Amino acid sequence: MSAKSTKRGSAGFGKAAAATQLRPERELRGIIDTVFRLAKARGIPEIEVHVEEVIDALTRFANNAIHQHVAEHGVVVSIRTALNGRTARVTTNRLDEDAFRAALDDCLSLAASQPKDPLLLAMPGKQKYRAVQRFVPATASFTAEERARAVKGACEIAERRGQVAAGMFSTGQSQTLQGNSRGLFACYRQTQAEFSVTMQHGSATSWAKANSADARQFDPQALAGTAGEKADRAQNPIELAPGRFTVILEPAAVVDLVGFLFYDFSATAVRDKRSCLSERMGKPLFGKNITLTDDVCHPEQLGMPFDGEGLPRQRVLLVDRGIPQNLVYSRRSAKLARTKPTGHGFALPNEFGEAPMNLVFGGGNSSLPEMIASTERGLLVTRLWYIREVDPYEKIMTGMTRDGLFLVEKGKVGPAVRNFRFNQSILEMLRNVELLGPSHRATAEESFEMVVPPMKIANFQCSEVTKF
Amino acid sequence: MWDYCGHSLETARLRGATYADVRVMHMRQRDLTTKNGQVGTLGQSESIGLGIRVVANGAWGFASTDQLTREGVALCAAQAVAIAKASALAKKETVRLAPEGSYIDSWQGPCQKDPFEIPLETQLDLLLAADAAMRKIKGVTLTETDLQFRKIDSWFASSSGSKIHQRRVLSGCGIAATSFKGDAIQKRSYPNSFGGQHILGGYELVESLELLKHAPVIAEQSVTLHDAAQCPEKTGTLILGGSQLGLQIHESVGHPIELDRVLGQEANFAGTSFLTLDKLNHLQYASPIVNVVADARISHGPGLGSFAYDDEGVPAQCIEVIKDGAFRGYLSSRETAHLVGLNRSGGTMRTEGWNRLPMIRMTNVSLLPGTWTPANLIADTDDGVFMETNRSWSIDDRRYQFQFSTEIAWEIRGGKKVRMLKNPSYSGITTEFWNSCDAICDADHWVLWGTPNCGKGQPMQTMGTGHGAAPARFRNVKIGTAFSNE
Repeated sequence: MSAKSTKRGSAGFGKAAAATQLRPERELRGIIDTVFRLAKARGIPEIEVHVEEVIDALTRFANNAIHQHVAEHGVVVSIRTALNGRTARVTTNRLDEDAFRAALDDCLSLAASQPKDPLLLAMPGKQKYRAVQRFVPATASFTAEERARAVKGACEIAERRGQVAAGMFSTGQSQTLQGNSRGLFACYRQTQAEFSVTMQHGSATSWAKANSADARQFDPQALAGTAGEKADRAQNPIELAPGRFTVILEPAAVVDLVGFLFYDFSATAVRDKRSCLSERMGKPLFGKNITLTDDVCHPEQLGMPFDGEGLPRQRVLLVDRGIPQNLVYSRRSAKLARTKPTGHGFALPNEFGEAPMNLVFGGGNSSLPEMIASTERGLLVTRLWYIREVDPYEKIMTGMTRDGLFLVEKGKVGPAVRNFRFNQSILEMLRNVELLGPSHRATAEESFEMVVPPMKIANFQCSEVTKF
Repeated sequence: MWDYCGHSLETARLRGATYADVRVMHMRQRDLTTKNGQVGTLGQSESIGLGIRVVANGAWGFASTDQLTREGVALCAAQAVAIAKASALAKKETVRLAPEGSYIDSWQGPCQKDPFEIPLETQLDLLLAADAAMRKIKGVTLTETDLQFRKIDSWFASSSGSKIHQRRVLSGCGIAATSFKGDAIQKRSYPNSFGGQHILGGYELVESLELLKHAPVIAEQSVTLHDAAQCPEKTGTLILGGSQLGLQIHESVGHPIELDRVLGQEANFAGTSFLTLDKLNHLQYASPIVNVVADARISHGPGLGSFAYDDEGVPAQCIEVIKDGAFRGYLSSRETAHLVGLNRSGGTMRTEGWNRLPMIRMTNVSLLPGTWTPANLIADTDDGVFMETNRSWSIDDRRYQFQFSTEIAWEIRGGKKVRMLKNPSYSGITTEFWNSCDAICDADHWVLWGTPNCGKGQPMQTMGTGHGAAPARFRNVKIGTAFSNE
């Protein structure tokens, strides 16, 4: 690990307080070359090497003070060998030649212990990738002191409002390199920053969160102010009887619910008959206002533009105006389906195949205020919590509302409402979408970040009410 | 390893730390799975590194590194101190730690058969045979098997003089059969869902499970479930099998008693708890037959929450959580103990690995056995539903309202299991549910179940916890709500 002083670091905190730097790409490529050389000496015909370096730091706060504050730096090397129709993977974070030799031996031993796999494909050759720029030096050089000062600002807002703040501010950078013995080489770097805050006013709470490659793209104090204002309005909730409601889901609530659909678009899941899309492809399933793509190159997405075997991730139209049209494929599932891979495979060997990881929902023109104004009686939902699958084929999900549930009556936001448990089929929900807002990158807690719109949905099933 | 520990502690002291503890951890893992008769995952990994936690200027800092050199660990320690000083910019109170002795010890958990020494062919042959036994049943559309092994060595040292080495071997094993038919997917798992049973121990777990005997049984059930009656929606008597009750304990007792939640430290993410400090020794949490402990001692059993010392060097203890139905104790740490009038930590600080901060986690939170046998319990039940093997679980962020569904259930009429029910679920409010418990089975039917996937913290940490439970009966429970279309 190397420590580096940056222009953001203040003298009072010294060299070690500054962010550390990722290693030069050539250094990590040197690791791949070393493993190739050692594999060649052992007569291993096919080898794939992944190298991942992560530098992350995270500041947590609660009760208007920092209570946890951590940093990590690590490099992991993952090796897959293929020999005589058998493959296995061994991962280590020891970076010396002895460790690589041991990993290669373990890999061969693991692989040799299994029956021959007639469907194991030769490793892919050299690929071309679309360029994406998601490394922001300003995020990479963020310091512990900067995060602490931002947190302090959020806590001061809470104190001024008579509230209590809890949350986190993380900044980090990572790089991934992949190479194989057939000439494939891929590399990717990104930065990531995230701020999340819960403001508590008595027993009332609300929440706001943002996530970006660029820490300058969000304002922690503004997020604290938004959550604080909502927490004020969340006091003294009324209790409503459970039933079916029109709901207006803010983007974080949409992310967490529809995020549970991502694996259903895996060709392997459909082949295994565990996807809700089994026997439903090409048939109207959602409302005509629902269009869904997977697009790693979307300007508001993050993530590697290649998959676990190094294939370029392609843009895939998953749902076109309510009809599921396409799945995503790894090389193996594509061969079984006699189609082309889409670049969504997980690192081999695995039993899950592939999944779209960069969902982009088609949006609409209705703003959140317009959705509220058009609602005679309904619920405004800030976020959801503890979502789990109750029925895998009807895609019934259960979970709770959390941190700000409000009654909407006659076009206006009214009093706070005690939180509901819902049991709602996502398939039915996406047939009942009445209005869509513009789509933007949104982040929540139970699913990957996505590009989604706020949604107004009819007949959302709230089953039971809790005590707050 | 002790040299790295000592050098990092010394660096932290020289940089201004008033307290420091350090963990070097070496973690080895092997994962084997099969799906539909073919090998799925076949992988092995190891990770070694150092994490140091310090108090400087009265605030916490933590840093970790995989650079196990004297220079690497010194830089890491210096970074932890610098982070602590940055934390002090937004502190309210100076960190105060409950007193604790210093210990020099080496401990190894139980492991009769080291899974890393069992030939891989033996392990894969067993999985493939179980997989084949399930695929023989007509109507089964997906078969899965799973073995997971971990070996964790940790070297803990603190500025107060402790030096503790621990080795823990963890093993997990499970199989599952899925059947897709018409418009439904039904699944059965053995011995538990989501990866099966997990213990602190070795390959002896796998050998004890008799996978080949149970494989055709669960496969048959996954197919038969399609034709079973839908679990009715009603308020009535519920009997929970041991593994489902283990998860019920985890969600509605284990998490609410975590003192960091109670104190608001998890308010932004994992949530808080209805068990506010005023409820200690005053709340009737459960009916008088209910006794719950959080017991990390190996004498409690080979659980995922068993150890000799926690990750801040406090010896394993047994904490009385619920005594004769009354709420008696929280899970605590050296920093939080004094807030509930304790003069010592309960020893529940645990970390996922060298690059994660220890935090309050469940150990083995177990419901102590009662006096019934399952046969007597069913014979004593005139009208009820017996639910087994978790399918979904969810509870609100203060741990009041929960809903669970299970893979299978049985209708009980006139003291007998009369028919299979599909899509079972139940829901309730934590304290109302536990106060409705009127029968718990005995020690002969008590199993220390392992929950390997408890997530908490930011960055997220996954921890294994233990939950001893025997089948138990609850009255006036809402049943069938998850599939209600009202």
